[in-house]
Amino acid sequence: MAADDLQPNERIHPGKPVIVDRYTVGARINHWITAASLVLLALSGLAMFHPSLFFLSRLFGGGQFTRFIHPWIGVVLFFSFLGLFLRFWKANLWRREDGTWLGRFRDVLTNHEDNVPEVGKYNAGQKLVFWSMSVLIVILISSGLLAWDQYFSQYTTIDQKRVAILVHSLAAVAIIGVWIVHFYSAIWVRGTIPAMTRGRVTGGWAWRHHRKWLRELVTKSGKGTGSSGSKPAE
Amino acid sequence: MFPPLPNPSTTDMASRFSGKDLIRRSASNVPAPEKQLTEVAKLIDVSKCIGCKACQTACIEWNDTHPQVGDFTGAFENPPDLTPDMFTLMRYSEWDNPETNELEWLIRKDGCMHCADPGCLKACPAPGAIVQYSNGIVDFVHENCIGCGYCIKGCPFNIPRISKVDHTAYKCTLCSDRVAVGQGPACAKACPTQAIVFGTKDEMKGWAAKRVEDLKSRGFVNAGLYDPPGVGGTHVMYVLHHADKPEIYSGLPKDPKISPLVEAWKGVTKYAGLTVLGVAAGVGLLHHLIMGPNRVTEADEEHAEELTEGASHGRR
Ligand code: HEM
Ligand code: SF4
Ligand code: SF4
Ligand code: SF4
Repeated sequence: MAADDLQPNERIHPGKPVIVDRYTVGARINHWITAASLVLLALSGLAMFHPSLFFLSRLFGGGQFTRFIHPWIGVVLFFSFLGLFLRFWKANLWRREDGTWLGRFRDVLTNHEDNVPEVGKYNAGQKLVFWSMSVLIVILISSGLLAWDQYFSQYTTIDQKRVAILVHSLAAVAIIGVWIVHFYSAIWVRGTIPAMTRGRVTGGWAWRHHRKWLRELVTKSGKGTGSSGSKPAE
Repeated sequence: MFPPLPNPSTTDMASRFSGKDLIRRSASNVPAPEKQLTEVAKLIDVSKCIGCKACQTACIEWNDTHPQVGDFTGAFENPPDLTPDMFTLMRYSEWDNPETNELEWLIRKDGCMHCADPGCLKACPAPGAIVQYSNGIVDFVHENCIGCGYCIKGCPFNIPRISKVDHTAYKCTLCSDRVAVGQGPACAKACPTQAIVFGTKDEMKGWAAKRVEDLKSRGFVNAGLYDPPGVGGTHVMYVLHHADKPEIYSGLPKDPKISPLVEAWKGVTKYAGLTVLGVAAGVGLLHHLIMGPNRVTEADEEHAEELTEGASHGRR
């Protein structure tokens, strides 16, 4: 099966070390706009979430402006994430090996990645982050719009607003949790950050964490015979 | 008749209550006040109201608000709903009394109830935007308000309104500025029939008891006082001729209490939420301390080089 997680931009540059292109400039800009909006949303939202965090509103020049800007950043986030979604959804489809990978998650956490199946561009953890973010952002934008009193107060009853804000705050907690997992993985697994900053990773990184993806790239580029792989070439 | 409050003197007077008398302050803790003020209350006797709207006018006048001239929509309500410029509103309903087969015209002065357990204050995220004094007055402090509208979601009576001009929340203040200098609310002062009276909460309850007794003697067997316990009692109370059916008075809630949705949002969500996030961050930190980073090794790089060079070592 042709791997649907391969992107045309992904190229292998042989050398010492091998360099693999992982993200285009467009994808990286798209990612960082999304990331910035998510962090700003979390900070401005948390200011309204709990009194002990109200001081965060000072980052936004006071409570009034925090209240005003939060939903607008949400709109930016929504469209920005939509861009990421369209770019990445295919590579995040669930595969057979993902279940096995997840079943051996303990090995992943204890840095014994040799015991888990080889994975494509994304592992099961990354896919779970991707899909939960997708679902949560849809929940957040819809409940957020219902709670956006400045423009939409007349369209909902007070009871609907109560449900909306409760759902919104629960989804917000969930997405910040997912974000913590995402952020931590990126720093724990060294060599990952350059994927999103400079768009490239080393061959060793790809071999260690996304070996199937690397093999597929090698096969595609015809540079290697693939004989060291576990699956036949072509 | 209830003895009217005296007119103000012209000499300067110290305020009778201040920031030292707060028993609650939104999104913050306040030290218990040294002294407890006498609880005040406004009593609205629906059976005495003639619907003249003098109170509405007095409220506009005293609070210097500027409601827009509205359109006639075929109803007596004017404006049709409370607004940031209209803190109190006479609501009119026509009710067919099934027992007497007579049409009753029920007029209720709507506005903030000054709940002992105020849902607006519980919901408010901005420190000090809503305060409650030990005399029972719940007041909005506009310079602290962020305009989020959470108070609207918290209030069981659908009272606060957000101004489109300054984006802060408005509602009846119980004329806290007048009460502070020994005056009664402007609406009470203006009422020509004493349907609105003001005094201590105990006085008002006593007065209401007499009114209820009088109404009962006139055949309103279900007459009673509306001081709903679900919100801890209120500092604006009604005498109703049909106290068993408050809903007929333009939807006065029968058993108002802070919505369980609001309690969940402001209660368990906050504590559980912050705990979950704290634990997630803590676990990450701990994991890093114990397991250390996941580093790419020299061997990994070599494997990659072999793979890309296509050397067939058959190694894995
Ligand atoms: C996606 C579009 C979003 C929209 C339209 C939106 C809108 C809103 C609105 C209208 C409020 C009420 C306060 C206000 O008037 O500003 C709010 C509160 C909040 N938002 Fe969002 N939001 C969005 C996304 C997010 C995201 C991604 C997060 C977290 C990362 C978040 C976290 C919060 C939090 C924590 C609160 C406070 C809830 C509470 O007080 O319990 N929001 N949001
Ligand atoms: S709008 Fe209401 S809940 Fe929000 S800050 Fe102002 S008073 Fe508090
Ligand atoms: S009636 Fe509403 S606005 Fe007034 S004190 Fe009660 S909860 Fe607050
Ligand atoms: S107490 Fe004062 S603010 Fe409240 S309705 Fe009466 S006049 Fe208006």
